[in-house]
Amino acid sequence: MASCRSLGGEIGAPAPHVLAVDDSSVDRAVISGILRSSQFRVTAVDSGKRALELLGSEPNVSMIITDYWMPEMTGYELLKKVKESSSLKEIPVVIMSSENVPTRINMCLEEGAEDFLLKPVQPSDVSRLCSRVLR
Amino acid sequence: MAGAALRDQLSALLSSMFSQGLVDEQFEQLQMLQDEGGTPGFVAEVVTLFCDDAERIIAEIATLLEQPIVSFDKVDAFVHQLKGSSASVGAQKVKFTCMQFRQFCQEKSRDGCLMALAVVRNEFYDLRNKFQTMLQLEQQIQAYDHKQQ
Repeated sequence: MASCRSLGGEIGAPAPHVLAVDDSSVDRAVISGILRSSQFRVTAVDSGKRALELLGSEPNVSMIITDYWMPEMTGYELLKKVKESSSLKEIPVVIMSSENVPTRINMCLEEGAEDFLLKPVQPSDVSRLCSRVLR
Repeated sequence: MAGAALRDQLSALLSSMFSQGLVDEQFEQLQMLQDEGGTPGFVAEVVTLFCDDAERIIAEIATLLEQPIVSFDKVDAFVHQLKGSSASVGAQKVKFTCMQFRQFCQEKSRDGCLMALAVVRNEFYDLRNKFQTMLQLEQQIQAYDHKQQ
């Protein structure tokens, strides 16, 4: 699988750090595995709330990839909070969902999501993200 | 010879799981990710998480369906969760039975849901047994290879 580390970075530069957000332990493991095999550094959390806590303390997150349907805070609500924050709004946010709902997809893209992936996420989806999102 | 026999057993098991529709291309993707990405134990981790998750969800659904008044929205939410994790791990038959289960939730049919739960449970137990055998064979192969070094 193509490595994302080589994209636009210097040799020896640290791997891009991706924050993965999903309330499903299975999906967290799968998306983390796919991202790590593309040479991303990954932190996986189980809620939007934990994601915001981490974003407040970790300055070098290159991308957020989040599930849409989560209890308490949906991926869309997390996206909105990120884009409303002056310190976080430049971080690309990718939404994942198991349901192909055009209105939902459009709503996320209009709110500033970089991409919308249908689950189950494939390694080829992540390769596509590398070239589009991490420039 | 022992190592080769174990590998043959594992290969035959995996072939039968695919040919019977127990697992699909997504499971194959996870295997490739492990083999090509150099992440040993990845499939075991995901499979174990799925089995624990599915067992919990099935128990939750069973409890909900025992209530005098069934909250079909809650049942549907759990079935949706199970369908999602099944799809992520490549558990094709479980995924398909969840899709049928959701129909009964939408129809608010307790009998239909109970029948669907029995089918999902059986499909899950069948798959879990195969996954457990797969993981045991992988461990035996690793132990054999380690001895040969």
